[in-house]
Amino acid sequence: MAGWTSPLRIVAVAGFALAAIAPLFVPSWATLVALILAKAVVVLGIIVLLQAGQVSFGHAMFFALGAYASAFWGKYIGTGDLMVYLVLGATISTIAGLIVGLFVVRYREIFFGMLNLAFSMVLWSLLEKMFHYTNGADGIRVARPTVAGFSFTPDAFQYVILYVSLALALIAYVVVQRYLDSPLGHMLKAIKSNETRLEYLGTSARRVLLTGYVLSAFLAGVGGVLVGVIQGIATPEFGFWTKSGEFVFIAILGGFGHALGAFAGAATFEIVRYYASAQLANAWQLILGVVLIAIILYAPSGLIGLMRRNRPREGGE
Amino acid sequence: MGEVLLSARGIEIRFGGVVAADGIDLDVFEGESLAIIGPNGAGKTTFLNISTGYLRPQAGTVSFLGQEITARPPREITRLGIARAFQIPQLFLDQTVMENMLISAASHVRRWSPFTPMSAMPERREMERLLELVGVKGYSERLARELPEGQRKLVDIALALALKPKLLLMDEPTSGVASSEKLGIMDILTTALKQEQVTSVFVEHDMDMVERYANRVAVWSAGKIQKIGPPAEVLQDPAVREHVIGI
Repeated sequence: MAGWTSPLRIVAVAGFALAAIAPLFVPSWATLVALILAKAVVVLGIIVLLQAGQVSFGHAMFFALGAYASAFWGKYIGTGDLMVYLVLGATISTIAGLIVGLFVVRYREIFFGMLNLAFSMVLWSLLEKMFHYTNGADGIRVARPTVAGFSFTPDAFQYVILYVSLALALIAYVVVQRYLDSPLGHMLKAIKSNETRLEYLGTSARRVLLTGYVLSAFLAGVGGVLVGVIQGIATPEFGFWTKSGEFVFIAILGGFGHALGAFAGAATFEIVRYYASAQLANAWQLILGVVLIAIILYAPSGLIGLMRRNRPREGGE
Repeated sequence: MGEVLLSARGIEIRFGGVVAADGIDLDVFEGESLAIIGPNGAGKTTFLNISTGYLRPQAGTVSFLGQEITARPPREITRLGIARAFQIPQLFLDQTVMENMLISAASHVRRWSPFTPMSAMPERREMERLLELVGVKGYSERLARELPEGQRKLVDIALALALKPKLLLMDEPTSGVASSEKLGIMDILTTALKQEQVTSVFVEHDMDMVERYANRVAVWSAGKIQKIGPPAEVLQDPAVREHVIGI
């Protein structure tokens, strides 16, 4: 295994170091990098589910719950602390993940994907229609929070949120990679290749999938809090199905054979969007579409797969 | 013979007009090696499916060590000590042979830290021993999909042995294997089962295998047990020879 670990590790360390240092020289990158890291946290959860061969087109609901948890706190209680937002957003999305998970883990493949989508669209409708509480499509402003009791100017805050995102993304990365290496992670992969056999070994495939599902909802909630705070707003679009699709897109783009795929995918996606949307207005989606087609055709294990060519085939054929 | 491990009473099941089990009564005794023979469609695999909870019989009960297990889900029955090996090996093809084994070990011990790498599980040694016992140790780091059929069968059985079962149900352990390899595989298998003290029931079409490796043979015919007893006696029965063996 050492053959692939080393180059991948070097790229990972270099990537994280670049994320930490580059924005110090180019301030406009701070928000971009923070956004990349926050999205990557969400995508890590999608990658967990993809191990079991399950694609959720509804994870934006947990993402939106994270963002709205912070927004509601600001609207009804007053300016809060980032730590409070994170704990609150993560808790709510985890509980929601457990409840929704109990239903969806009974289904597989297209039914799993569509049921997730259905649940997320219920949340989206509520956010759109309950105007009195949610401001409808306008969304709710997420006021700049204090961080561990300290308040910051906007300029300083963009660095604070960058480093908080970086720290959380690193923790999430280590947790997910360890989880995937653990027996539970391997059982998740076993669901994809032979669920019947897993049951005949005495293991409940539903329970294994539920564990992964709750973890993925937790990560989506944390990512939602971060993106809400970075962008200063939570809108129903956060929970719309295209947002769920975006997370799946990023996971496939980056590759789901390794947790680093989330970062490779999120970085590529956001950087293309950032520059292409400035230069080519609305054509950036076209560019990303072409990139995705190329990835599916020529590098089915994603960007991260390109670095692991010498490893035996695994995961997404 | 030892004590009764598995006991089936009055098992009945029909699929449309086909009677796959029509009042099956059978006891499996500890330490024996029971072969099930019979023509295609006689209900041999159906019996294994009922015994492991995959199918619910329309009538009758199955008990294991005195505890009724009829229609309990496969994973509960597995945990009680009945393991199964399949006619078509059921492996996790995208994972290595050792990963397959460790998933089985983890399913069995059910106690591990969620953040300890599976490859560092203390059960690894034991899994190496089992792979060696069934003669596929050399394949342990290969992906399961890269293995030839005969080796896949042996890994499938090793996965079952990793569960430390009291009883192993095998559906045609040598089907799909070149006839030159059959004896080798059955020798390995018998030795392994004896060493691990596992009672076995196996469905088999090859009468040489039955004669050589079974202590008892049960003849299935149209959902009924036509005859049961020691192979030397049963395989000489004229009715069995005509209807089942076809001579």
